Amino acid sequence: MLSSSITAAETFVPLSGALERVGARVEVTAERDRAMECDGLVVPGVGAFAACMRGIEDVGGASIIERRLAGGRAVLGICVGMQVLFSSGVEHGETTAGLDQWPGVVERLHAPVLPHMGWDTLEVGEGSVLFRGVENERFYFVHSYGVQSWEWSAQISSVQRPPLVSWGDYGGRFMAAVENGPLVATQFHPEKSGEAGSVLLRNWVQAL
Amino acid sequence: MPVIPWNWRRVTTVTVLMSLVFLDITASSGNRETTFDVVRRTAESVFIPLTVGGGVRSVDDFDRLLRAGADKVSLNTAAIADPALLTAAGKRFGAQCVVLSVDARRCPAGTSTPSGFEVTTHGGRKGTGIDALAWAVEGVERGAGEVLLNSMDADGTTSGFDTELIERVRALVSVPLIASGGAGAPEDFPVAVRAGADAVLAASVFHFGEMSIQDAKFALEGEGFPVRRHNVPHV
Repeated sequence: MLSSSITAAETFVPLSGALERVGARVEVTAERDRAMECDGLVVPGVGAFAACMRGIEDVGGASIIERRLAGGRAVLGICVGMQVLFSSGVEHGETTAGLDQWPGVVERLHAPVLPHMGWDTLEVGEGSVLFRGVENERFYFVHSYGVQSWEWSAQISSVQRPPLVSWGDYGGRFMAAVENGPLVATQFHPEKSGEAGSVLLRNWVQAL
Repeated sequence: MPVIPWNWRRVTTVTVLMSLVFLDITASSGNRETTFDVVRRTAESVFIPLTVGGGVRSVDDFDRLLRAGADKVSLNTAAIADPALLTAAGKRFGAQCVVLSVDARRCPAGTSTPSGFEVTTHGGRKGTGIDALAWAVEGVERGAGEVLLNSMDADGTTSGFDTELIERVRALVSVPLIASGGAGAPEDFPVAVRAGADAVLAASVFHFGEMSIQDAKFALEGEGFPVRRHNVPHV
């Protein structure tokens, strides 16, 4: 698990526990070598998009993620850890560049009550490996921002298969999960989604 | 979202819950280390959202609880004594983990507030003269990302939620609103949701086995409100 600092590591107690429960050996690290050589790298994120990007930059996270993906090694982004994988994020009128693995802008959701907080079902993409066995379950969300339109076009994807997107709906559609070869991400918190979340994490761990 | 008292240990059954709330109502002084330890051990073994409250006085307490694994921290008396704490916590940790807990009641005879509801402390025993509705609005403006609204008039009566209070707060705040106080029967839950609550909280009716969490969920589902069901096989 990539941590922007040693102190931040402590906030990942539930995530570590949830991954260990499905058989993973978990190490929280900000060290490049450790983050490069593990079977699967989890990038959790809480708080603001800009702050999360700063944390990732502080540990050279962009190049760690880039290199891992180039070598086909698994990376899982969770919550803001998913959002930073897109081109940019707009918070309070300010645009911050993201890791740009996927096109798309992270923007405030258009719902009367925010944050979007609670258990919700998804429209799971056909053929999803991540959601195998839990396609119709509810997952736990806490967020006010999301990617609401998918800008993947045929031009940029002529050689690649388009990512498999699962959608959520809260005041409009938003991307709830993306599966794209070694790069996988969820807007919701699998580590807080009870048994359904465990199944999802197990699906990810078993595919490593 | 039942409130779980501290002596509660049976973590094996909680996967049917949607969220856990720990309110350490006796911990205004107490042994704080025990609190952090219970939160940590719970967070390691219970994979659903965890809200912790009671005796939180500083940004530092907040920080320690979040590090121990809490997802949200609820502030009540400390926020009344020092509203800037909401602002500081919201800024540092994000509004999504700051819960403002408001213990509200109708103003007793001889007292008044513009809304007719006042904030109380000490489990509803002491009035503060602060307007409960205006306080909820201020709390959200300062940085709370969720309001836990406890009706001290309805609390313990098991005669249903205070729908007037829920409706009036709902009209003023646009963050998730959790209604608490008064649940006595499964059919009370959809009424609170219809009044504007995003979630409902009950404690003693579940603790004493008068009704199961499943009963409440069936009642909500029967009225067309989506709830989480437990039908996933154990991993």
